[in-house]
Amino acid sequence: MSQYVLRRILIAIPSLLGISVVLFVVLALAPGDPFSELATNPNVPADVAASLRAKFGLDDPIYLRYLHWISAMAHGDWGFSFVSRMNVDQLILQRLPATLYVVGSAQILALLIAIPVGVFAATKPYSLFDQIANTLAFVGFSLPTFFTGILFILIFSVTLDWLPLVYTTDVKGTGIHWVLEMIRQAIMPVAVLGLFQAASMTRFVRSAMLDVIRLDYVTTARAKGLGQAKVIVKHVMRNAMIPVVTLIALQMPAVFGGAIVTEQIFRIPGIGSLLISSILANDTPVVMAVTFVFACLVVLFNLIADVLYGWLDPRISLR
Amino acid sequence: MLDKKLRAMIDKVADGRMDRRAFIQRMAAVGLAAPLANQILALGGVAMAEGPSTYKPTKRGGGGALKLLWWQGPTLLNPHFATGTKDQDGSRLFYEPLACWDPDGNMKLVLAAEIPSIQNGGLAADGKSVTWKLKPGVKWHDGKPFTADDVVFNWEYAKDPATSALTIATYRDITVEKVDDLTVRIVFNKPTPFWADAFVGAPNAIIPKHLFADYKGAKSREAPNNLSPVGTGPYKFIEFKPGDLVRGELNPDYHMPNRPYFDTLEMKGGGDAVSAARAVIQTGEYDFGYNIQVEDDVLLRLEKGGKGKAIYAVGGDTEFIALNFTDPNVEVDGERSSMKTKHPLFSDPAVRKALSLLVDREAVKKVIYGRAGRTTANFLNGPEKFVSKNNTWEFSIEKASKMLDDAGWKPSADGIREKDGKKLKLLYQTSINGPRQKTQAIVKQACQKAGIDVELKSVVASVFFSSDVGNPDIYPKFYADMEMFQIPMTQPDPAQHMRRYISANVATKENKWQGQNYPRYVNKEYDATIEAAEGEMDPIKRAALYIKANDILIGDTVFIPVQHRLKVEAAANNLVCIISGWANETDNLFDWYREA
Repeated sequence: MSQYVLRRILIAIPSLLGISVVLFVVLALAPGDPFSELATNPNVPADVAASLRAKFGLDDPIYLRYLHWISAMAHGDWGFSFVSRMNVDQLILQRLPATLYVVGSAQILALLIAIPVGVFAATKPYSLFDQIANTLAFVGFSLPTFFTGILFILIFSVTLDWLPLVYTTDVKGTGIHWVLEMIRQAIMPVAVLGLFQAASMTRFVRSAMLDVIRLDYVTTARAKGLGQAKVIVKHVMRNAMIPVVTLIALQMPAVFGGAIVTEQIFRIPGIGSLLISSILANDTPVVMAVTFVFACLVVLFNLIADVLYGWLDPRISLR
Repeated sequence: MLDKKLRAMIDKVADGRMDRRAFIQRMAAVGLAAPLANQILALGGVAMAEGPSTYKPTKRGGGGALKLLWWQGPTLLNPHFATGTKDQDGSRLFYEPLACWDPDGNMKLVLAAEIPSIQNGGLAADGKSVTWKLKPGVKWHDGKPFTADDVVFNWEYAKDPATSALTIATYRDITVEKVDDLTVRIVFNKPTPFWADAFVGAPNAIIPKHLFADYKGAKSREAPNNLSPVGTGPYKFIEFKPGDLVRGELNPDYHMPNRPYFDTLEMKGGGDAVSAARAVIQTGEYDFGYNIQVEDDVLLRLEKGGKGKAIYAVGGDTEFIALNFTDPNVEVDGERSSMKTKHPLFSDPAVRKALSLLVDREAVKKVIYGRAGRTTANFLNGPEKFVSKNNTWEFSIEKASKMLDDAGWKPSADGIREKDGKKLKLLYQTSINGPRQKTQAIVKQACQKAGIDVELKSVVASVFFSSDVGNPDIYPKFYADMEMFQIPMTQPDPAQHMRRYISANVATKENKWQGQNYPRYVNKEYDATIEAAEGEMDPIKRAALYIKANDILIGDTVFIPVQHRLKVEAAANNLVCIISGWANETDNLFDWYREA
């Protein structure tokens, strides 16, 4: 087991290096630079912007810039943001809590909806409940989050005036008031993201359950005289969860990566909004760091999913 | 003659026989308005006065929280590193300049004790130096006194290329010396009629020497105070999250009486302009939203909610179409739009003039800019004393067609005009931005009717305005026949703006397209006019020279002005906010208050 994990980590290193090369080259080839705002400011002559480019190493050949970056990264130096002249790791850590809170809650909400609804729908396929759940799921994942986000804002902030339109980073107040306010302002973004995730996940759980529920061993279990609840929970769900775990594991990096569109709509100061504003400002060190961390997380969670398979189904051996 | 009358009037003001307001009104009557009138008085020997203050609160504080919404939040809080106005806005909450600009373009004192004038010995008659007296008793937020050493330090800090300050251009050609603890002298290397650049306005706010002295030069990025400003301003710094949030609280030791009004201050970043307008105007969650570039229809609809309104500030920003004087389609020595070529179509002035007749400025205002735009015939639209009254504009497809007919451009079989085998086909580029694409469509339609085929091109703004010389789509390369954008005017003075188009500034491969004369316009008369204006200490003559320069640009149709754009902000109905078209939004923040 530990040997397996070690081997997987060693395999991950070259693939991460490969990913970093691709990311770096793509970003370096992308047009534009972080000083575009200066170009139309008559106070800043073009030669000032040009000397800044040179100072930040933007005129060096790509391979040199990559080598600089990778060697600094190996020393734990993530570089600094061109637009805020602040260390990138600091910038990312500052944005992480909001993303973990909002996107994490949305994932939990999605699971809390998807698993019970999916399981229940699968036990009674084509019943009225199943039909309604299916319809709602289709509606849910056909509506993009930017649409539902704006719809929610129009209904709950503008018309009803129940919930705030702008996410506040520093909620005033302490104790229970603070907690309530934090929950209140997260309701809309969490609902938008959570319902979207829940929709597709419900479909997934349902079909995974249906695959298993027809197998002979389930009939055997029932024949033994086990109750419906025990059959479903202990015998069906455990096996049906293997593909679901893969799906959840692959979505976990997104919890850290943030939700670009939703964060932008609700002004949540998360990783997603950092990424998009950095891309728009051509702030390469930040974009590079965020995307690279994202890549690492994908690799890591894949590994975790594989390890979990062994626990869920002891027949799968990890060698 | 105007000159003599003016002198007489200035003398009257100096003797007290005419009051300042009457003088400014008389000036306005002859077409030279307030901001200039004041500088004219300053140079004419009458001290420049501050604009009237409209500040009403009678005690400090008690105003509760002020919530500002910047849809692009500040990413750093050191004015010397500000890459855009958002960073200057954020820094200006805590740092202060010697003086700032009010809505009329008048100078307003901040850290200076008096406005330099010839009388008080502040201005040298030859225009080669200016002496500022500093307000006594001003303290930094950490309690240390503010002195001339701080001012001198800012100059040393910014002019050092290793610091990588973006304010370097303001400071590298001047010398700043300390006269005594509360007096500094700025020495220019040539007569400088517009002396109010260094240390004036939000971009040139002053940072404390005692906290930044160790971080001058290459170590500039390591200064801990880059992210936690200690200034002299009305609000003290609490917290900063780049791109997201800036918070401050009332400074109980602020040097202006009864100010500030608000107890706390919050500047939230992120999102987009439309939802920012919504949060201020419709739901009232925020008090003020900056730079609301939203279609007028949308604003009018939001205003029906009644919690806030759109407010406008007049500056000198002109949206224009520049015409290329070189040939973008021929490559000479590896360079397109080379100075060795002439534009095949635009070398005929009739074509340029016809194009100018085909830009329906009224339609652009009506359909696109609404209250945020004014039609104009001039390239230079402010301050008012510099605005020419000699030009008019017209939209007429018939006149344009006739002009082209007369010049020998006859419609061919496909409806497109041609002459000597050259077809009137033009490439018209701009940056990607809703109003710009709509303007392109309006112009293209009119051109089509007149037999000119226009191909539209739009480039992502971050590329179009980038300094990446490797990219063919940056605006200084001008690989198109026409291009449209605006260059913001950041000071109530046209010098920087008009200097761009002298022959020596032509953008070429040789200067890595750093020359700012992108239309590649060459005119000896224009060069001479600008040179004369830059050495002219008499404000009236100087204004006349800039008006002449504008008229040359318009007469030669180097630019087709599309719209004089106003700044648009969103504000709560009860917020009294002073916004100047000549300054950053937060430049006059110390005078903001809420009406009961």
